[in-house]
Amino acid sequence: MYYVGIDIGSTASKVSVFDDQELIFNIVMPTGWNSVDTSNKIKEELDKNKIDLENAKVVATGYGRISVPYADKTITEITCHGKGAYYLAGKDMMTVVDIGGQDTKIINIENGRVTNFLMNDKCAAGTGRFLELMANTLGVTLEEMSYMALKGEDLNITSMCTVFAESEVISLIGSGAKREDIARGVINSIIGRITTLLNKQGIRGDVYLTGGLCELASFIQLLSEKIDRKVNTSSLARYAGSIGGALLAKNI
Amino acid sequence: MIELPKRFDEYEESRREGFIKIKELKDKGVNIVGTFCTYAPTELIYAAGAVPVSLCSGNQDIIAQAEVDLPENLCPLIKSSYGNAVTERCPFFYFSDLVVGETTCDGKKKMYELLKNIKDVHVMNLPQSQLNEHDFEYWKAELIKLRRVLEEKFNVEITDEKLRESIKTRNRERKILLEFYELGKLNPAPISGFDLNSAAEAVAFRFDREKAYEEIAMRTLELKEKYERELKGKKTNRPRILITGCPTVGVRKKVIDQIEELGADVVGFESCSGPKEMMELVDETMEPIDAIAKKYLNIHCSVMTPNPNRFKVLDEMIDDYQVDGVVEVILQACHTFNIESYNVKNYVANVKNKPYISIETDYSEFDLGQLKTRLNAFIEIL
Ligand code: SF4
Ligand code: SF4
Repeated sequence: MYYVGIDIGSTASKVSVFDDQELIFNIVMPTGWNSVDTSNKIKEELDKNKIDLENAKVVATGYGRISVPYADKTITEITCHGKGAYYLAGKDMMTVVDIGGQDTKIINIENGRVTNFLMNDKCAAGTGRFLELMANTLGVTLEEMSYMALKGEDLNITSMCTVFAESEVISLIGSGAKREDIARGVINSIIGRITTLLNKQGIRGDVYLTGGLCELASFIQLLSEKIDRKVNTSSLARYAGSIGGALLAKNI
Repeated sequence: MIELPKRFDEYEESRREGFIKIKELKDKGVNIVGTFCTYAPTELIYAAGAVPVSLCSGNQDIIAQAEVDLPENLCPLIKSSYGNAVTERCPFFYFSDLVVGETTCDGKKKMYELLKNIKDVHVMNLPQSQLNEHDFEYWKAELIKLRRVLEEKFNVEITDEKLRESIKTRNRERKILLEFYELGKLNPAPISGFDLNSAAEAVAFRFDREKAYEEIAMRTLELKEKYERELKGKKTNRPRILITGCPTVGVRKKVIDQIEELGADVVGFESCSGPKEMMELVDETMEPIDAIAKKYLNIHCSVMTPNPNRFKVLDEMIDDYQVDGVVEVILQACHTFNIESYNVKNYVANVKNKPYISIETDYSEFDLGQLKTRLNAFIEIL
């Protein structure tokens, strides 16, 4: 029996599959304009990899979770991320930071279960989208920007609003500020937002980062300096939602 | 001559009906006093031979017009109520002879100043605290003043006799409504929170009081029988939710209905939309004005500082209604509830050991998706 978790996020869609106890498959693809198209593409991928949906239980999660017609169940990304992060980190008490394309979540986990969560979903400030847009403005990739930031001096980006921050960055470039410094400023502004959320929610146990930024070593380094704690993560952490979904599919 | 609004002919049918109905009452000589808050002492208004009606509005469609005069960053309840008033779309406001407001939150008390341009508005000075002897004296003086204002406005004498009468009637009504709300203590609940809340609040818009309360009492009886007959002893796996925070008018569909659709039962309301005002009766043995002053001053709204009674009531309600989780509704830009939510969260989570979530929202539909995800995740935790 296969257990499939499908996490349709605002920018990226993730799929994880367990064959009974074993995690055998993870893929990520852009969500694109239409989540229904995306879920069809996912189906094709699964077919190609000989994962027979007739012999599977499927949980859909993420903001496009309702657009997966072949899902047996939908579960919110909060519960799935909690479950997935617990599976990956194996700590009974932990605080998960999930930076998504469109929102940021802080999830407290105790004994493997979500006990509390906080979501910033009112605006793009403090989300992956903000970082992407700023990297674009600087003409570099996300990886490059976060690497540049390590070499820069902090420079204050005052606008929280993505649109205003963008014009602020443009005028900083115009005034001849070093791009490394601007990159540092951008990264620090998002880290500042995340730290506020973390402090509001309360850090309990280890901090564990999930979502698309989990492989940006320089970002992780700056975040842990700021909160003065180790930030744990793993290369699979971007699949936390889909892995959690697949694990929860076992209960169906 | 009592006239209809200038643009009456452009109104949709149900609104026109509303206007006609109340105009008929006005033509018969009924005096109407509009109120905005649970602190409005209805006993005095009835004793003046007038009828109090609630002017709190939950409409989104009128907010843009209110924002012409008011700041955007203001509680939607205030904007909506103001918008309804200035655009002559609310028959209750339109036909009110007098509006009685209180100095509760900053938004409301300053909004009343603007309302005075179009209506006769009397604002009562509500003390900011309930704990001192002089708070009571101050509030009592305000009640005496309101008594005089009403007497002059409607050219009547509000005798102690009349006050005692209206205290008795109001207490009876409170008991009926409280019993209705306490159906939520039954497990499993015989009525949805959405229906409970809607039915209870609809009474505030009825002019045939006696009949309206009789209907509620009947409904309570029927639902109790239904419980005994069909539900008692049955187990459900739907978690039981207590709503706390700002008034739910305007977000009833968005929050309460949504929670119930997602698989939980809203069983109790620790908010102005619930039994908060009915839990304490007016003491029928005291001097009427003293008794009224005491009762209303004890209302535990977040506009009071400090506000210890709210925590006592939360304590009792979480136990009595066998609550599994608490959802706090915060209307956007409501500072008093928003700040107090820090203490509420700590109390619920750490003293009562129950999951708590607060949601800040307004009357618009633009956050429906996010709200659904949050509420759904909260219910998954339970
Ligand atoms: S919440 Fe407070 S200020 Fe608002 S209506 Fe209720 S008692 Fe009045
Ligand atoms: S909800 Fe808050 S801001 Fe709005 S009227 Fe009531 S107390 Fe004032």
